[in-house]
Amino acid sequence: MNARSITPVLLFWLVLCVDAEAARIGEITENDPWEQVRRFFTLADPGLRLGLAGALLFGAACGLLGSFIVVRKMALIGDAISHAVLPGVALGFLWSMDKDPLAILVGATAAGLMGSLVVELIQRTTKIKQDAALGIVLASFFAVGLCMMRMIQNTGAASRITGLKSYLFGDVAVLNRQDVVTITGVVVVTIFMVILLYRPLLTIGFDREFARSTGLPVRWFDCLFQLFLAFSIVVALQAVGVVLVSALLITPAATAYLLVNRMHHMLWVAAVIGMFSALLGVFCSFLGSNLPTGPFMVLGASSLFLLAYLFAPRHGRFTRWMSYRARRRNVSNENMLKSIYRMIEKGIAGQDGRVGVSMDLLAGERQVTMAELVGDLRRLRTLGAVDFVDGEGQVVLTESGFKQARRVVRNHRLWELYLTNEADYASNHVHDDAEKIEHFLSEEKVAEIERQLDFPEVDPHGQPIPGRDRA
Amino acid sequence: MSDEHGHDPALEVHDLTVSYLRRPVLYGVDFLVPQGRLVGIIGPNGAGKSTLIKSIMGLVPASGGWARIYGKPVKEQIRRVGYVPQRESVDWDFPVNVMDVVLMGCYGRIGLIRRTGRKEKARASEALDKVGMLPYAGRQISNLSGGQQQRVFIARALAQESDIYLMDEPFSGVDAATEAALVTLMKEMRDMGKTVIVVHHDLATAREYFDMLLLLNMRVVAFGNTREVFTGKLLQQTYGGRLTVLSEIADKVAKDGG
Repeated sequence: MNARSITPVLLFWLVLCVDAEAARIGEITENDPWEQVRRFFTLADPGLRLGLAGALLFGAACGLLGSFIVVRKMALIGDAISHAVLPGVALGFLWSMDKDPLAILVGATAAGLMGSLVVELIQRTTKIKQDAALGIVLASFFAVGLCMMRMIQNTGAASRITGLKSYLFGDVAVLNRQDVVTITGVVVVTIFMVILLYRPLLTIGFDREFARSTGLPVRWFDCLFQLFLAFSIVVALQAVGVVLVSALLITPAATAYLLVNRMHHMLWVAAVIGMFSALLGVFCSFLGSNLPTGPFMVLGASSLFLLAYLFAPRHGRFTRWMSYRARRRNVSNENMLKSIYRMIEKGIAGQDGRVGVSMDLLAGERQVTMAELVGDLRRLRTLGAVDFVDGEGQVVLTESGFKQARRVVRNHRLWELYLTNEADYASNHVHDDAEKIEHFLSEEKVAEIERQLDFPEVDPHGQPIPGRDRA
Repeated sequence: MSDEHGHDPALEVHDLTVSYLRRPVLYGVDFLVPQGRLVGIIGPNGAGKSTLIKSIMGLVPASGGWARIYGKPVKEQIRRVGYVPQRESVDWDFPVNVMDVVLMGCYGRIGLIRRTGRKEKARASEALDKVGMLPYAGRQISNLSGGQQQRVFIARALAQESDIYLMDEPFSGVDAATEAALVTLMKEMRDMGKTVIVVHHDLATAREYFDMLLLLNMRVVAFGNTREVFTGKLLQQTYGGRLTVLSEIADKVAKDGG
């Protein structure tokens, strides 16, 4: 934990060492993309260092707070607050008549909190539900903010205020050292709060009623959380923009939610993904100088989400599809081995599995064409389960193939017997079920069934149950 | 108010009235549970059973009356009460495992900031063991059956080590074997001097499970030892038809009150 809290501090020092007079990212024009990549990774530009430090910091904070937002199903609230802060930003401008980060932070936070208060007021005093209340507040606060921004631009002050537009679509290039110092302060306090108050936040997130029943000051925690949420939104605002900042809260956390199962893991994973998304955004906008950062950060986060959606270890769509395919192939392999085994058993071939089974007969038994059969058998040969007898159109089971076949047949017949004896199935109803189950019975389950059935020797159809593999 | 032995009653509820959107849902509820009893709250749907225990816990504001735990207001005795909410009230896809949930029961005692240590883990394990869920300690809660979820909730309450427990429908969606095990556990808790109050909806089993019954239908129809209260006449009064005058007045109050 300590090593992790040091990171923001290091970034903070990095920022302080930066030369304030240095050119901003957006002002650097470089035509050779490779030169740009080199400059990015060597952190040659002080302006880039500033932007990057800021982006990494609020990326982490957004991931942390976003995790709580996602698991508490508050995603829309994050969106609403991020839009509601705009009038506060404008007020901050008007107050200081300059881009004073502190004035803007105070104004925006106040506006954000005001927004969530109005949402709650509408909910409590009317029958309008939360989603509609959020919609109303989001749009109207945002509209007020837009009007105020335009008014500021129309006054003479606009010339002194660079980067007013960045509040809408985001641009790390406009971050100056003072901004980054503010960001660092806010982020360090946020991380500290999440670590310190992790348990109550977890309890409230999971079961609000229970949390209240244990005497936790739930309302107080809600306010605190909203306050930090507003802080984080505000510090991310310049770099990401009002329109997209909620995506940076939600998407990295949602990605982490797909990847891990425990809240504290989710927090770290979301923070890292948030930082990485921010990094991607800065990188892309640096390469294509003067492109807005916000959209690229959000695209970075969304790409990571897509990757997790497809390739997450257990629940990813692609992962699932792959394991489904592997299972199906395994079933079909085992069925082939079983067919060969049964033909051997019926005396069509010799007992020791060494003598070949005619591929013509096998194709008839499996009801496949010769070409399909040969394809399937080749696959089994690469697995070392069967071998072809050259020139005779016959196939033999190898030692391991024979063992595997015998295991499947054994599972099948034991399961049939188990269903008829223990579950009172009729003996002519059990075959289809056993066809499926035979491939998925674990060694332990088979041993358990065998014990329960008192080590039987024949199945309900009078066929012998092959013995256990002897090592 | 103390009984003849000078013990404070585990729970005393006096003239508790609860309204929802100005519509009264509970009228002047009065009852007094001595220590070490297993009490069932029964009544038809909409009788206010869950509302009653929620308002005792202070989760639903009462518009009148009060509840006391061991002679003191609930707020001052919060450590001595364990609350088991309805299973459906939480999101079971929440990223925690069984042990995480049960540890939440220990948080009340160790304060907001201190971390959970070996002592808390041991207490949570013991609670899990009592409900037969110890082998599942590391399991993700989304992979639990309904009965297992319920047992986790009860384990979390046990980890609170309270003196009085209020449980909201702990048997809903639970298989017969689990229900029997939970009832045995509740009886053991009672024998250890704890007081257990359970919202229950199955009349057929109410008589064998509980020492005392509270028959509730917007107001207390009857409260007392199961033998005395579980009579055809009183049950008829509890379940038979709505009290037309009372609910008409309630509707009228809701409409005109504002």
